Amino acid sequence: MSAELEPQSPWQTATIIRIEKRTPRVTSFWFRPSRPFTHLAGQHVDVRLTAPDGYQARRSYSIASAPEAGAGIELAIERLDDGEVSPFFHDVAEVGDEIELRGPLGGHFVWQVSDGGPVLLVGGGSGVVPLMAMVRHRTLRNSAVPVVLMLSARVWDEVIFRDELIALDDRLDGFDLVLTLTREPAKRPADHSRRIDVAMVIEAIERLPKPPALAYVCGSNAFVSAAAQALIDAGVPAGIIRTERYGV
Amino acid sequence: MVTRGFFSGRRPPSDTDERIPPGQYLEQGFPVLSAGPTPRVRTEDWSFTLKHGPRPIKSWNWAEFNALPQSKMTRDIHCVTAWTKFNTPWQGVLIDDILADAGIEPPTAFTLAHSFDGYSTNVPTRDLVTGKAMVALLYEGTPITPDHGGPARLLVPHLYFWKSAKWVNGLQFTERDEPGFWELRGYHIYGDPWREQRYSGDP
Repeated sequence: MSAELEPQSPWQTATIIRIEKRTPRVTSFWFRPSRPFTHLAGQHVDVRLTAPDGYQARRSYSIASAPEAGAGIELAIERLDDGEVSPFFHDVAEVGDEIELRGPLGGHFVWQVSDGGPVLLVGGGSGVVPLMAMVRHRTLRNSAVPVVLMLSARVWDEVIFRDELIALDDRLDGFDLVLTLTREPAKRPADHSRRIDVAMVIEAIERLPKPPALAYVCGSNAFVSAAAQALIDAGVPAGIIRTERYGV
Repeated sequence: MVTRGFFSGRRPPSDTDERIPPGQYLEQGFPVLSAGPTPRVRTEDWSFTLKHGPRPIKSWNWAEFNALPQSKMTRDIHCVTAWTKFNTPWQGVLIDDILADAGIEPPTAFTLAHSFDGYSTNVPTRDLVTGKAMVALLYEGTPITPDHGGPARLLVPHLYFWKSAKWVNGLQFTERDEPGFWELRGYHIYGDPWREQRYSGDP
């Protein structure tokens, strides 16, 4: 081990090049950094906004796009009504606006096809975002690594990337999607309508050819605590579970 | 660079401005962050070990550790994910008192804190002694909950909070400044919030 580490990316300007509403509360923004970079699926960027009086607000957002996508860095930003950064993006930001960004950041909650699998991904709400980068990365690399994504949302219309994920599921190429809706009946035959529990995790793992070698869990703190415990109770070793939490 | 159309709606009142490091915002809750699942460490299984390199100096079980002199510390804490929380009240054993009970002076200038889940983080020894840091056992007067690092967590409140290792089970004195878990994954080797040392390479 050495204390000499690579310097991390400094702040730079980035231009918004595309905006697309994903769900009633989540909108995707694509950014073109002035100095392009290549990230790993699962990494995040920090975004900084500056008010005329010099006040700055800074937040971390996971990258939704695959490293290979090449059409800008996609961030899927959920509108938090009492936030100070997400309302700016939802209510003010337009294509052509510039913000400041630094990244890519984070070296733990990442996955590349060379890491292998099988992989169990578990997301709650907007916790799907870094997992989406992993799923897209796998697809763009034509990887055969078995991956199952368990995704929990309140209702069908709040499932971020829903149509894209279902289309990937339909390819039957080793990627499996398990949706669970906590406030609505399931819409697809093999999906669920309850919170993630041990039985659901066991069933999801059975869709893999063998037990997962890596597991990633992302969502609110309450979601991650409950889901990670369900994984452990389903026999997934704690040492292979990586978590990313947000919120209070 | 001024952001078009951005006017902050959440500026802290001016009398607390000086307590909020650059790039941080004031948080009333207590967010939970960790690299993996929350380990459930039973106090029957708990132990704390002081090491110099690979060599154990002294270990304490839960009862022995709780019998050490305890101190209170109320501090502002600063998480690298940008939240700052004021006046968090902790109680535990100062690192000074752990060293005194072991009958040693700090043998090296660098320390790695270790945790039950395999996490580690490096802190210069001078940042742990002279009343600057403790192994905390209580938060707001009650045992620290598992998601906040209980039964015991390191508390180094003047550095970004990832340095305050949850589920701590030992301190290891090292000859060199060896990066820990997050420091090997792009985070700053020291982590001073007032100099905004978030990521490696920050000045």
